[in-house]
Amino acid sequence: MKIFVCLANVPDTTTKIKFADQKFDETGVQWVINPWDELALTRAMELKEDAGTPVNEVTVVTIGTISSEPTIRKALAIGADNAVRIDAEPKDSYSVAWLLSEYLKNYEGDHLVLTGIESSDYNGFAVGGMLSEFLGVPSVSGVSALDIEGDHAKVSREIDGGLEQVAIKTPFVAIVQKGIAKEPRIPAMRGIMMARKKPLEVVSPLSFDNVTDMLDFELPKAKPQCKMINPENAKELIGLLQNEAKVL
Amino acid sequence: MEKTGTIKGGEFIVRDITAEEVFIPEEFDEEQQMIAQTCDDFLQAEVLPILDRIDAQEEGLMRSLLEKAGEFGLLGIPVPEQYDGFEQSFVTNQLASEKMGAGYSFAVAYSCHTGIGSMPILYYGNEEQKQKYLPKLAVGEWIGAYCLTEPGAGSDANSGTTKAVLSEDGKHYILNGQKMWITNGGFADVFTVFAKIDNDRVLSAFIVEKSFSGISFNPEEKKMGIKGSSTRQIFFNDCKVPVENMLGARGKGFRIALNILHMGRIKLGGNVIGAAKHAITQSVNYANERKQFGALISSFGSIKQKLAEQVIKTFALESAVYRASKNVDEEVEMNQQECSKEQAMVIAYGQFAVEAAILKVFGSETLDYVVDEAVQICGGMGYSSEMPVERGYRDSRINRIFEGTNEINRILVIDTLLKRGAKKEFDLFSEAENIVNKLDDYLDSDPATQDYYSRKKFFIGNFKKLALSLIHLVSEKFQRKLMFEQEILNSLADIIMNLYVAESLMLRVEKLESKNGIGNIGLFKDILDVFVFDAAALMRKSAQDVLYSTEAMDETDKFLKAIDYFTTKDGVNTRDARRRIADKLIEDNVYKF
Repeated sequence: MKIFVCLANVPDTTTKIKFADQKFDETGVQWVINPWDELALTRAMELKEDAGTPVNEVTVVTIGTISSEPTIRKALAIGADNAVRIDAEPKDSYSVAWLLSEYLKNYEGDHLVLTGIESSDYNGFAVGGMLSEFLGVPSVSGVSALDIEGDHAKVSREIDGGLEQVAIKTPFVAIVQKGIAKEPRIPAMRGIMMARKKPLEVVSPLSFDNVTDMLDFELPKAKPQCKMINPENAKELIGLLQNEAKVL
Repeated sequence: MEKTGTIKGGEFIVRDITAEEVFIPEEFDEEQQMIAQTCDDFLQAEVLPILDRIDAQEEGLMRSLLEKAGEFGLLGIPVPEQYDGFEQSFVTNQLASEKMGAGYSFAVAYSCHTGIGSMPILYYGNEEQKQKYLPKLAVGEWIGAYCLTEPGAGSDANSGTTKAVLSEDGKHYILNGQKMWITNGGFADVFTVFAKIDNDRVLSAFIVEKSFSGISFNPEEKKMGIKGSSTRQIFFNDCKVPVENMLGARGKGFRIALNILHMGRIKLGGNVIGAAKHAITQSVNYANERKQFGALISSFGSIKQKLAEQVIKTFALESAVYRASKNVDEEVEMNQQECSKEQAMVIAYGQFAVEAAILKVFGSETLDYVVDEAVQICGGMGYSSEMPVERGYRDSRINRIFEGTNEINRILVIDTLLKRGAKKEFDLFSEAENIVNKLDDYLDSDPATQDYYSRKKFFIGNFKKLALSLIHLVSEKFQRKLMFEQEILNSLADIIMNLYVAESLMLRVEKLESKNGIGNIGLFKDILDVFVFDAAALMRKSAQDVLYSTEAMDETDKFLKAIDYFTTKDGVNTRDARRRIADKLIEDNVYKF
């Protein structure tokens, strides 16, 4: 069985977001694997390494230009067997899901697809669901545990105040939440050395019509400084809550 | 000063190279960056969250961290593949040293193991020794240490009194003696031990396993810093070392020790870059949070001045470290046709001994400057053990002492240069004499060009002439007794050190501009401008120290004029330049140059 892990190439989560000409300013930005996707990859590797599962191959798929290759190569260094880069600038969730599906729909072997529940750049929460719709396969969202037994998977998903256990036949799309794996893996020297020898297939994208346009961005307002008040000084606290925070 | 061919160690003083010929850190390839990231991630995940436990020397902790690093392959980066390593270039090795350098005590344990702990066996071991020890060292199954220093033999390493005597059956050397300040001593499995056989004048080296009989240890030393690093005294009491464990030939130990130290020094230069960048980030993080007089302290000129100066020194050091490290790789490649790669490495370290000594001194003093200002920027909090800068401050101090004190290394800079000159490896003395003979001709100190880099090259060329003219002056005056004039050697070494770093920095900025276009090159030019401006003033002072201390009598006036001429530089608005550098750091809130 093969696991496809969909990887988004996103700015490092500590990046200071700046805009120039109404576009995200990429100067000096360090790019990384989307944290949710990275955990999905970790779980995929664990399943492959577990001799009790039928998983024998992990492929990562990314929509991105050549500038996303360092991120893809890191996934190969972590242990993915091969990678596919669909050579397009990711525009929105719809186009990303559609491009992924156009590639994935051709695969006929036993497989499942993992996507992170969201990406840390635009936080759309939409790719996984759209992808399963385009592929015509079921999806499970909010997956925080995933095991494979024979031709079906057992997944746990987070619901309000508890966990739901689901059994599902492959193929399907698992939209994973943090908790799917403990920690992202650090590539070891051997993995780094092997990464350059692993196949990285570049696929030309099919053309698509934009269904959305970005109009404008706005940065959140700066948070006011935290004020410390002496516990004996309740009057000052009430004054501030009334006059400054205006909540009383 | 135009010549062709690979540059020799120390030759920079008489030969200019072009920007295309230097390697700059902006040229790391994707794989090198990934290795660097793995080192960073390793520190973030495994080391930095438990610094207090490491410093408390929790039983077995440091060893387990080294073993974990071994699982990631990080202990085998320089080790050849046939011994389970990854056989990476020296530059890559340096990049890993830099990244791990941010790991406080762990950095010391790591660089001891991967450097002086393992490399003597790689460079000097025979095939059996390499096969027996290197694979275990490369994966962290065994940990290595290096035993050179003795209570009575520190800087004067060859004066050690540890003895090795062949046993009656000729199968063992019996070791007796005492070694001290042994890093990783508490948990190492294999030691490179230096001792004198019978009544030999010079040292021999032995590979000693902890399991051999007759080895005992003192408790851990109590230290000012790097408290998590194991430091022990080791006693050899009729320790039986199989004869096949002699490393290299009898009497070659001192040579081995010196060459391993050349390597250790240049690597120390790499190590401190990582620690410095880490301390700069801590400094700016605090300055961007702390408010006084209703404003963030990062908005104040005094703080910006410190932040900028931390960056300038670190960026300059980094330029020099990777320039020299690439020179080592090039030298290895050149010599590899004639000897083994291991021998070529040793030759290359020796070849760049002047640069290694410079990087050791400039690097350790840069880090001391950076951590000192880090404490100052944090003010009262900086003095509190709750703040990481307090640990950084204490941990930095050892760098000026180990791998040869900075005092020894300053003397080495001059001593090695003069020996190279005497051997005519390059034209040191005749160049120096030429310059002194023409001193009266140097009158107009303006380079007569407005081109930015041409002017910088002219000034840095003058720094070289300054150093050469002083070398001529003191060599003539003191002849063979020059090595006893340590104060003068120190001043000379400072001049040479600053000009080497200034030149490396200039070549890096020039190459950056030619590669990336003007982009934000202005900031890098600010760094270069301030560094050269300050270096010129330092050199002028050092040169005057040399001159007056030499009592050149009737030559004094002539030399004073020459010093003025050779240390002339363009004026720089250092306040504004430093503010621009600091503003970028403040905006990024992390060292990102």
